[in-house]
Amino acid sequence: MSFNVSILQFPGTNCDADTEYAFKKYGANTKILWHKETKLSANTDLIVVAGGFSYGDYLRSGAIARFSPIMSEVIKFANSGGNILGICNGFQILTESHLLPGALKRNNNLHFISKYHYLSVTNNTNKFLKEFNNGDILNIPIAHHDGNFYIDDDGLKELKDNEQILLQYVDKSGNISNPNGSVDSIAGITNRAKNIFALMPHPERAIESSLGSEDGIKMIEAFLK
Amino acid sequence: MIAIVNIYLKSGVLDSQGKAVHHALDSLGFSDILEDVRVGRQVILKLKSQNDDEARVEAEHMAKKLLANTVIEDYKIEILQ
Repeated sequence: MSFNVSILQFPGTNCDADTEYAFKKYGANTKILWHKETKLSANTDLIVVAGGFSYGDYLRSGAIARFSPIMSEVIKFANSGGNILGICNGFQILTESHLLPGALKRNNNLHFISKYHYLSVTNNTNKFLKEFNNGDILNIPIAHHDGNFYIDDDGLKELKDNEQILLQYVDKSGNISNPNGSVDSIAGITNRAKNIFALMPHPERAIESSLGSEDGIKMIEAFLK
Repeated sequence: MIAIVNIYLKSGVLDSQGKAVHHALDSLGFSDILEDVRVGRQVILKLKSQNDDEARVEAEHMAKKLLANTVIEDYKIEILQ
């Protein structure tokens, strides 16, 4: 069965080619969709909002991309239950679009952080991580300046109650280890309906041993099931 | 008309940049006088509006829609002639 992935490309997006490579490698049909497009393919199974620096991160990361022409189609797709994955800048764009709760702030230490980091699977009760067990540990790189997830106490409670926290930053043994100041060490969340998932780490950069980890493979493959 | 929109992180949301600047000012010898530092963003809008009220309403619209992320930020608008 063919699985059709549309990868959004804004001016400044720079992970579209890596993302396409990863999804193609594990069997998806892929299409890179320029942000000025006003239509999605009718048979889109998954939209990926790829990483990068859309609009140079001017104003706030993701704030301007949110108003690109394609985004109104993306919002419609999301609201009718379509599956969306946001990676890094994609996460920022999805929070700015109010498709996901919270916001991504400047990292607490003010540094751009680019390194491998361990993640633990917090909730597998969703279609994106259903192939994993809670507590599984993955080694996947992060590369961001604004990855410090913020949500207020009521919002955090809601995320917990609905099992919307999917990934948390941990150390090798699974103890919380927070690189950027994110509330509850959150690295990835879903929306309430669990058809939109976004994470700051880059699974598409961890699919070959020469890159340092293959832990992204299972994640990419799971998205296609 | 000129509308000045000042945008800051809400109180309660950690302002890491403000903290870093505070730290730097402390080490420059200002620690006795310095109570708090916040770092924000200022957007200056030149508007075609004919009066203060209209300018304020339009600037407010722009702030809510794009200039501030009200999940984490507050904004204040000042209208200049």
